[in-house]
Amino acid sequence: MMTMSLPRYTERQRVNQARVLRSEWIKLRTQPSAAWSLAAAMLLIIAFGILYSILREARPPQGAAAIRSFDPVAVSLSGIQLAQIATGVLGVLLVTSEYANGLIRTTLSAVPRRLPVLWAKAAMVAGATVVVTLPAALVAFLAGQSVLSGHHLDVPLGHPGVARAVLGSALYLAVSGLVGLAIGALLRSAAGAISSLFGLFFALPIVAGFLPGSWSGDIGKYLPSNAGLAVTLVHPDPASSLSPWAGLGLFCLYAAILLGLAALRMRGGDAK
Amino acid sequence: MIEIQALTKRYGTTTAVEDLTFTVQPGTVTGFLGPNGAGKSTTMRMILGLDEPTSGSVLVNGHAPRTHNAPLQEVGAMLDPRAVLPSRSAFNHLLALAATSGIRRSRVDEVIDAVGLRAVAGRRAGTFSLGMAQRLGIAAALLGDPATVVLDEPVNGLDVEGIRWIRALLHELAGQGKTVFVSSHLMSEIAQTATHLIVIGRGRLIADTSVAGFIASAAPPVVRVLSSDQPALAGLLRAPDVSVTPADDGALLVSGLSAGQVGAAAAAAGITVLELATEQTSLEDAFVDLTKDAVEYRAATHEEEK
Repeated sequence: MMTMSLPRYTERQRVNQARVLRSEWIKLRTQPSAAWSLAAAMLLIIAFGILYSILREARPPQGAAAIRSFDPVAVSLSGIQLAQIATGVLGVLLVTSEYANGLIRTTLSAVPRRLPVLWAKAAMVAGATVVVTLPAALVAFLAGQSVLSGHHLDVPLGHPGVARAVLGSALYLAVSGLVGLAIGALLRSAAGAISSLFGLFFALPIVAGFLPGSWSGDIGKYLPSNAGLAVTLVHPDPASSLSPWAGLGLFCLYAAILLGLAALRMRGGDAK
Repeated sequence: MIEIQALTKRYGTTTAVEDLTFTVQPGTVTGFLGPNGAGKSTTMRMILGLDEPTSGSVLVNGHAPRTHNAPLQEVGAMLDPRAVLPSRSAFNHLLALAATSGIRRSRVDEVIDAVGLRAVAGRRAGTFSLGMAQRLGIAAALLGDPATVVLDEPVNGLDVEGIRWIRALLHELAGQGKTVFVSSHLMSEIAQTATHLIVIGRGRLIADTSVAGFIASAAPPVVRVLSSDQPALAGLLRAPDVSVTPADDGALLVSGLSAGQVGAAAAAAGITVLELATEQTSLEDAFVDLTKDAVEYRAATHEEEK
């Protein structure tokens, strides 16, 4: 008869947040769809930034007013609004991939207090997003400015607000990822969560745009994506945008509320 | 040790588990038997702290499951062998699980070797056959050398070699003093593996007994006899507490007498016995008898109700 030959294991095996972080890091590294989401975010930021810069360089602003309102930083960072779906999807997939096949039960039986898993996933989403998209945003900015310099439309990184907009782009994408994670943990289904992300990031601002007159800006600037995007603008327009850090702060608040709801849902009740 | 006390679980208006009370002792393999839909998996999820009981309590090694500080050391489980990320390798699946409790990488190698997955450890778990997936699930359950092992249908879909391997493994684990709790919907399977039995049907406890006791309490054996004069022998044997029924092939099926008594009666009457055998009621029949009122779905009944 075959015998098992499995040695005994007697070392202490307490769960703590640092160990759950390490576990989620291993999962992130070994989940191909996470790498694809991050690669997509990077590609969208760099490719769209360069393409749109080339387009604007070919059709430069005409007239003093147009030149004054031309925002070369926004042009080179135009890929951010597309990349937010990629990082949002990263957040969604990191949690819904575990609910899709019952893996979440294995995970939560190993971490029965449950919430360390959510916090560790949040850290992975935010950390990985900043690490990948900050260099991408910098590359998009530098390449875009180099394209725009043909018509002397470019601005240097040292200009007031410019470095903040580049850094803010990566922070905005990281918080978008957290929103995706929270919605994924709430809905436990990739399809539903990704649809909700599109609604939140794209449909809601469009609907707000249909509102009459000043209502559009007054309400629109408090929407999650509009609020968060303020930090990516060098000169946010007070009529339609919050100030950069207030906007990012509000976006973080939305993400925190969603994560709090996700935590309540995960901690109580059944882990299916 | 698993102590379950007045455990009830409802999902909306459906009652999955109702007022279950039993204890699973360490050092032995306990089978958890019931028809499909009886509430076995629900009970196991509550043992792991995954589902919240509606009422009642579960203690694993003396503690509520959600309060374990070293969960992988307390209870190792396989609920669903397909609960893996299909694109992640078996090794990385185990490595991530081990990391939650700071279990060394070398331990991951040990369990992979022990379940015989060394050659495929780097392969995507989604490409595994059911047998390989079962082994991976068992490897995960054994990572922390847990005091209690809970396996849901571990031999489901395994080949003969795999079934033998699991039986040997379960006995070895029980021999180490672990509490081993294994579910199945097949009596024959569990009878060869477990020494104690918990039987449930429709979420309720039907039996809490040793396997030997369960077999003894099952329907009594039947004696099959073929002789030179069947009608005469039948008339001879009939008595108030003996039943004699003819089988399709002309043999007589006698219950209430032993084979020896039937043979002696035939000899005394000068009837030549051509064939005489004791037929044990199959375990499967005994199980069906015991749970027939508790099977949730039965095609015939269902049709009648319509």
